[in-house]
Amino acid sequence: MIKDYFFLAVGNLKHRGLRSWLTILGIFIGIAAVVSLISLGAGLKTAVTGQFSTLSVDKLTVQNAGTGFGPPGSTVVEKLNEHDLRLVENVKGVDVVVPRLVRVAKVEYNKELKFNFVADIPSNSKQIDIIYSSLNLETENGRLLKESDKGKVVIGKDIVDEFSKNIEVGKKIVIQRTDFEVIGILKPGSSFQINQVILMPTPDLKELLNIEDEIDIIIAQVENKDKIEEVAKSIEEELRKDRNLDIGEEDFSVQTPIEALGTVNTILNIINLIVIGIAAISLLVGGVGIMNTMYTSVLERTREIGIMKAVGAQNKDILLIFLIESGLLGLIGGIIGAGIGLGLAFGASFVANNALGTNILDVAISFPLIISAILFSLVVGIISGTFPAIQASKLSAVDAIRS
Amino acid sequence: MKKQNLQNVIIKLENVGKYYYMGEEGENVVKALDGISIDVEKGDFVAIMGPSGSGKSTGMNLVGSLDLPSFGEIYLDNENISHLTESELAQVRGKKIGFIFQQFNLISNLTAKENVMLPMLFQETPKEQREEEAENLLGLVDLKDRMDHYPNQLSGGQQQRVAIARALANNPEVVLADEPTGNLDSSTGERVLDFLEKLHKQGTTIVMVTHDPNIAKNHAKTIYSIKDGKIEGVSKNINGKWVKHSVN
Repeated sequence: MIKDYFFLAVGNLKHRGLRSWLTILGIFIGIAAVVSLISLGAGLKTAVTGQFSTLSVDKLTVQNAGTGFGPPGSTVVEKLNEHDLRLVENVKGVDVVVPRLVRVAKVEYNKELKFNFVADIPSNSKQIDIIYSSLNLETENGRLLKESDKGKVVIGKDIVDEFSKNIEVGKKIVIQRTDFEVIGILKPGSSFQINQVILMPTPDLKELLNIEDEIDIIIAQVENKDKIEEVAKSIEEELRKDRNLDIGEEDFSVQTPIEALGTVNTILNIINLIVIGIAAISLLVGGVGIMNTMYTSVLERTREIGIMKAVGAQNKDILLIFLIESGLLGLIGGIIGAGIGLGLAFGASFVANNALGTNILDVAISFPLIISAILFSLVVGIISGTFPAIQASKLSAVDAIRS
Repeated sequence: MKKQNLQNVIIKLENVGKYYYMGEEGENVVKALDGISIDVEKGDFVAIMGPSGSGKSTGMNLVGSLDLPSFGEIYLDNENISHLTESELAQVRGKKIGFIFQQFNLISNLTAKENVMLPMLFQETPKEQREEEAENLLGLVDLKDRMDHYPNQLSGGQQQRVAIARALANNPEVVLADEPTGNLDSSTGERVLDFLEKLHKQGTTIVMVTHDPNIAKNHAKTIYSIKDGKIEGVSKNINGKWVKHSVN
């Protein structure tokens, strides 16, 4: 019997085609918003955490407060230097320290001028290994820098594409009016630290930019990764003592990968909550739309309900027919919404990736998400249809026919 | 409680009334029916006749178990239905009563065949049987070639014949017709009445409400005249002659 009621309901919805579609539109906008934003949200999370995944779990970073990977800011009072490096190295639990410089430099190739990040590769094989392994660096063409290299650079994939004439291995590029030979092109990775960087030996970079005793980032590998938080605290303490600062006055920051990820996750969770909030409101509106349509339908079909009762329909039959109708509105809205939502997510990711030139924003398709979005939509439809359906089923046959 | 010992009576109304209470406090009582008694015998063709506002439609609704009386008892097939719940009533009328309305009252987004199948759906008849039965019934009213048409593709007379087929769908004890020719011109009206008479001759019990004395006299065998909510007179056609019965 349910099957027959189902066909009756489908017939009724078809009969009021335009209105049915408009009602479905109301619900699918909400579902599409949820599905697309959450799918992208997951992609965004993957992308952002991908940036941080280059920080291995057994390494922490010490930076000047207020500087990221950008150029040296004049506001920074005291920059990190060799003295700090030694200090960090001597903290208990620290295994190896790697000083790193990350600057922006003027890069010329084929008469085109661009500004790019330039980072150094130390002339110490142990430190080189730490950098290569922690960033997972590999070349697509050519080779990586060795400690003995001089006047040579390895470049990220995005830099190759940045110039209208692609840079190839063996070509010369001009950095700050000095010629460098490109000996390798990096395989694209998930982070701009890999894709948008020019790597050159430390002495070359220091000479090029007149850097004397400055360090931008100190990477410290700890002996025991379970004790990384303790080591981070000790480093903070040592640096504070050395610089004669009180707690809270630090002009440097020590970050563990977990901390960095935690901050990002908090932000992403807040974004997700906002998205879900907006989606919930739009679903509520969609539900009210279904309710409105069903009430109108009950009013319009009062006579029809009366006829059905006259020919033997019981209250439960009428109730069921109306619930199936409203449930179908929700279900169809959910299915279309999920489809369109995925489409939107893929579209946005395509546009974003094309604009940025990397595959940084992937869509994460989650089947539990899609299934639950569709089921939720069905439930919204049924709940919204409940009151109208009860009203329909309670109509008196005589009054309904006479109307 | 006296036992109903009326093998032949299919519907019995015993001093039945229907009052409507109007106004804010229900202070205005409208006595649509004020104590009527009707016996419908098996196989009879009964006309309930009266001018508009006489209460004949209210009477028809009570006879057809579409409505419950304010007082009095109604028996359908020896079962007292005066105190049933709405859903129980729906089951009873679905099984035992077929309706024909003045407005045809077909469902507009169902085809003729689907309209005829509908009452059987609510009796949980299997689909194949419903289809077969609906086709047979539409054949009976000469509409087999129109069974996939929608009501708006049919003339008034054709729609009313579909309604007759629908009324017969569950093989009911009684067919109730409420002004079945009211919306039809006289020749198509006659055709519809001929079908009702054909059914009567095949043994179906028919109760028809009409305001037209000629229709009542030409087709019915028993006539109840109603005026102002009371029965004014009962006449029976015995061998072509109308005989008045007393009203108690």
